[in-house]
Amino acid sequence: MDQLSQISNGISILEITYVIASVLFILGLKMLSHPLTARRGNILAAFGMVFAIIATIVLHRKDGEPIGNILWILIAIAIGTVIGWIIAKKVKMTAMPQLVSFFNGMGGAAAALISMMEFPHVSPDLIAEQGMSNGHVLAILLGLMIGTISWAGSMIAFGKLDGWIGDMRIKAMKYVNLTILAVLIGLIIFLMTRDVQTTTELMPIIYLMFAVSVIYGVLFVMPIGGADMPVVISLLNSFTGVAAAMGGFLYNNQAMLTGGILVGSAGTILTVLMCKAMNRSLLNVIVGVFGGGGEANVVGGGTIKEISLTDAAVLLSYSKKVVIVPGYGLAVAQAQHICHELDKLLEEKGVEVKYAIHPVAGRMPGHMNVLLAEADVPYEQLIESDEINPDLPNTDVVIVIGANDVVNPAAEDDPSSPIYGMPIIKARNAKNIIVMKRGMGKGYAAIENMLFFNNKTRMLFGDAKSTLQNLVNEVKSL
Amino acid sequence: MDNILGFFLQHRETIFIVILSIFLGIEVISHVPAILHTPLMSGANAIHGVVIIGAIIVMGHADTTGSMVLGFLAVVLGTLNVVGGFVVTDRMLEMFKKKK
Repeated sequence: MDQLSQISNGISILEITYVIASVLFILGLKMLSHPLTARRGNILAAFGMVFAIIATIVLHRKDGEPIGNILWILIAIAIGTVIGWIIAKKVKMTAMPQLVSFFNGMGGAAAALISMMEFPHVSPDLIAEQGMSNGHVLAILLGLMIGTISWAGSMIAFGKLDGWIGDMRIKAMKYVNLTILAVLIGLIIFLMTRDVQTTTELMPIIYLMFAVSVIYGVLFVMPIGGADMPVVISLLNSFTGVAAAMGGFLYNNQAMLTGGILVGSAGTILTVLMCKAMNRSLLNVIVGVFGGGGEANVVGGGTIKEISLTDAAVLLSYSKKVVIVPGYGLAVAQAQHICHELDKLLEEKGVEVKYAIHPVAGRMPGHMNVLLAEADVPYEQLIESDEINPDLPNTDVVIVIGANDVVNPAAEDDPSSPIYGMPIIKARNAKNIIVMKRGMGKGYAAIENMLFFNNKTRMLFGDAKSTLQNLVNEVKSL
Repeated sequence: MDNILGFFLQHRETIFIVILSIFLGIEVISHVPAILHTPLMSGANAIHGVVIIGAIIVMGHADTTGSMVLGFLAVVLGTLNVVGGFVVTDRMLEMFKKKK
């Protein structure tokens, strides 16, 4: 009797811990959406997670049985912690988007594995009573499907952002994808209408479903262009959230349920917000083929005019207002520190320097802010594109560093352009434009940029870091 | 029809939690400035690492070698998601410190 009440006390404490963890997740997410509280919010959510994990190991009971294999569980956690910590600390800030994608994939894979292991253990009593079409089985199957898609898709997104997987664009792709999705739903219906005593005999179909889900995840992300990758990662992020919530159904576990659903819905909203920032619909991102192989918008062209370093230095030093438009090229060249040096130098000379940050500059919304913050550029100097645009006609010089699509006037002028309608930084309205670029290559969306041929534009070719370094030296020697 | 109604009655608490959580997620996120999109995505990414609880439960009741191996893998991957997610988010946010 005593022992029994002890166990039920343990369960109560476990449930209370889950409530606390859920509250911490919600508070953490809320605080994460304000710049001042964001860091504490993240730590708060992490505490919630640690509580939930410890309480589960110590207090969880399944049919009165405590958690076994504790040593192995602790070893697994130790391995995951060490590897995760090292990767998260070592990876360069420019590689942040693919890192988020990678960790997201790990969560999806864990959810899929749980489903695969739980399927053969569905209780025969439940099947005898309700048949295969019950909520328990559905949660397992959906967890398997969504988790696997999220894992496979995240790995492809990771590979694409890291540059070792290219885009695959075939027109028929969306029909193939829709067919595979139909097959997956068909498999779920097939499994749930089987008349069996135990689920073990259906395992081959589970493996088949896993394989088809992998194929779907790969093909789902393959045709999506690099510029849309952040949207896809955010979407896959919410997928994993839903997959985790399926585990919550399965174990009747409130922490998994709230955590998973919260991320699922927040992730979906975040995805929609990102699409809005690029003025594209979600459907367009998923089925629409971005870039379409660059249908030769090279018409017009014109002449490119270069500028010497000395001229550029003089122009900048005697300007009143300078706006820097940083792009991924700046980040790749690791030139954010030297860029900040240039802006400090100019400010000392009495030039007003601002950074114009496009919502999708870099590889993810907000990515550029993180990179510039790393280089100690004060927060107040970073201006969002909507706010800076009215100011640009009064700006003496706009320096575009390694950015391309976000200043491309085709977004306003050319209805046939794939980026038509995307809000841009209207660099062409400034009095002078200096474009720093490695060469005449096209941007991430693979389309021609008429800004480079503008009469007011001067090009400064070369690697962003060394060009900026030389520019700094020139300005100093003036 | 009976089946659906029965299912609803049986799981009504869960269904309530799901619906409220969906609205909560939307509400909590809707007013986030664009500069925080990346850290927020990363933070949310860490939170769905809660799937690790399921991995621990599975591993804790695994009896065959096969399920031990898979469970072990699930716990490792879940931990990677949790630890990596939170640490990366913290690293990003560390840079937003006010400089005076």
